[in-house]
Amino acid sequence: MASESVPDHQDHSPGTDHALALADTDLLRFATIGSVDDGKSTLIGRLLHDAKTLLQDQIEAVATTSARRGHEGLDLSLVTDGLRAEREQGITIDVAYRYFATPTRTFIVGDNPGHAQYTRNMATGASTAEVAVVLVDARHGLTTQTRRHVTVAALLGIRQFALCVNKMDLVDWSEERFDSVVADFLAVTDRLGVEAVIPIPMSALHGDNVVDRSTRTPWFSGPALLEYLETVSPAPVGDATGARIPVQLVLREPGDGRPTRLYAGMVHGGPLCPGDPVVVLPSGQTSTVERIVVGDDELVVALPGRSVAITLADDIDVARGDVVANSASAPAVAREIEATVCWFNEDPLGAGARLVVKQGTRVERTVVREVVSHLDIERLDHSEDLDELAFNDIGIVRFATAGPLVVDRYDDDRTLGAFVIIDEKSDRTIGAGMIRAWS
Amino acid sequence: MTLLDNDRIAAGRLAHLDALESHAMFVMREVAAERERPVILFSGGKDSVVLLHLAAKAFAPGRVPFTVMHVDTGHNFDEVIEFRDRRVAELGVDLVVASVQDSIDQGRVADPGPGGSRNRLQSVTLLDAIAEHRFDACFGGARRDEDKARAKERIYSVRDEFGQWEPRNQRPELWQLYNGRVRPGEHLRVFPISDWTELDVWEYIAREQLELPSIYFAHEREVVERDGMLLAVNQWVVPGPGETPLVEKVRYRTVGDASCTGAVRSHSTSVPEVIDEICASVLTERGATRADDKFSEAAMEDRKREGYF
Repeated sequence: MASESVPDHQDHSPGTDHALALADTDLLRFATIGSVDDGKSTLIGRLLHDAKTLLQDQIEAVATTSARRGHEGLDLSLVTDGLRAEREQGITIDVAYRYFATPTRTFIVGDNPGHAQYTRNMATGASTAEVAVVLVDARHGLTTQTRRHVTVAALLGIRQFALCVNKMDLVDWSEERFDSVVADFLAVTDRLGVEAVIPIPMSALHGDNVVDRSTRTPWFSGPALLEYLETVSPAPVGDATGARIPVQLVLREPGDGRPTRLYAGMVHGGPLCPGDPVVVLPSGQTSTVERIVVGDDELVVALPGRSVAITLADDIDVARGDVVANSASAPAVAREIEATVCWFNEDPLGAGARLVVKQGTRVERTVVREVVSHLDIERLDHSEDLDELAFNDIGIVRFATAGPLVVDRYDDDRTLGAFVIIDEKSDRTIGAGMIRAWS
Repeated sequence: MTLLDNDRIAAGRLAHLDALESHAMFVMREVAAERERPVILFSGGKDSVVLLHLAAKAFAPGRVPFTVMHVDTGHNFDEVIEFRDRRVAELGVDLVVASVQDSIDQGRVADPGPGGSRNRLQSVTLLDAIAEHRFDACFGGARRDEDKARAKERIYSVRDEFGQWEPRNQRPELWQLYNGRVRPGEHLRVFPISDWTELDVWEYIAREQLELPSIYFAHEREVVERDGMLLAVNQWVVPGPGETPLVEKVRYRTVGDASCTGAVRSHSTSVPEVIDEICASVLTERGATRADDKFSEAAMEDRKREGYF
């Protein structure tokens, strides 16, 4: 038994097995994606309802509204559509986050909008997800919007997909129809390099194969969605590169004499331990991790995702924006980067555009050197015949930055491989980038 | 405080309370690094107790670099004010009290009168205080599981000079790359514990041994049942015709304006008992305790558009 720190608070710990179990369960973040009206909100509502996570007052509120609108029974999409405009129009505009737990896992669900104009919100919901739950209407099959969402989710690094072929009740539970949708979907995911796809025939409206396996799909031997979510192993996070901490702040330990400097930030890329040799980038100075602290606790190992403060054995200059990285596998320093960009701005992006990027904990001015290529969502081909990215386009872009960035390839490390693009005139976030190469 | 077994280290994944804590600390550090004058809103309630504790952890061994502000409706539980002052003194942070009564006295808002809720009035007092102190980022302990409108809000919520939230035009918020820039007159509302549930908060309180105001635990109180809720009898809640005050064993699931925050019947006198009680409850926190969210389906969204948290 290795311990992160010494426990001394037993008296205060929760009193039941249930509560204790929950405190130590895994957290899984998943996102629902797909076209508008394919049933995403209804699915989340059904999942929460059948997993017995909705409470009495929430069910009563949904029942009241459903009755007022003349629906029979519960309109479960009302569980997540939380904005006035969403309920009025019956569509989802922005991500809603929902929370539920089973004895084995706690879940954070991002219920994403399906409309093309809200792709930026879908990317928001998918960027922190480990698993994508894709809904496809069995009658209509894959739409352009489904392809767009799956493409964005795959680019964002999601490798685990549950394909929910929904509204199977409206195609008489046809196994042929199911197989045909699955084949179309696999053709897309194969092109995107996604291997882990679990197809599930479903009726979110009636609850078939959502929490419990349905008797109406005797030909299907796979799991219900909740079984899948409880057992899926997300791709291991953080062992691709080795430990890095983008420094957020320098903290000073008060006291007599010379104050100790601590560098605060979140560990990612791999576990970090006291004694690990590190390099500080972009300066390139080297040292050794001395202590890793969280509040009053000293850690013997900090796992990826842990917010810590560290001290170094040597007195070197470290500031916000620097990266402390395990010297054995350090990231690169670059001023020219090539990235896959999702563009969310109404004005197109072209060569010469002057913008700001936030990457890690560093903010730098940037200029667009070239829009290299542009992704055709229907054909999933890169074409080089356009030199601009329009609203919601995805393409490969080369940037030069005013100061050096400390970078990883996005495929190796989501943190130092990602950046957002900010418009200095409006301060709005107008794009997202995933680094492919640099020089 | 967490035991980590070899399996978890091998899997490279944090337990969920550690993940939630780490994310909240990350957010608070980003705001501290990028904004000039952040403030933590502190009501003395359990969510803001957690928020203050997270701030202490995020900046340890240094001091919490933020001012703390209480938007005081004037309708308080004495136990909460006593607790607030003690906690702030322990942490050595500055406390600003923005008073709704002052706003009423200055004619900025109208007194809803005896029995009326001052909850909605807080928005004006809050915005006046933000302007007066030139705060450019306000941390709140709001959680997305509290309300459907809250479930839609980003971790960083950009508010205009009227404090308004524009839900149809929120900034994309990818990964953990938070855009903390605001235009003159705008400010940020920042919600570091957005992704926590009520149960997470209590389990964290248990783990970190955090002290809470005593009204969170079962005690005897004179209450009256009104609109399906148990309201404490006090100078703002006077039993009306047909209402019979009863002494009941109750506790509070949430601490708010004493005129409209309901108590729940309970025998839970310790944190573990409260956790058991929440696990068994068939009502959400808000459903059980907040009168002002029952006005309409969009009560929270409408108030947030007015500048409310």
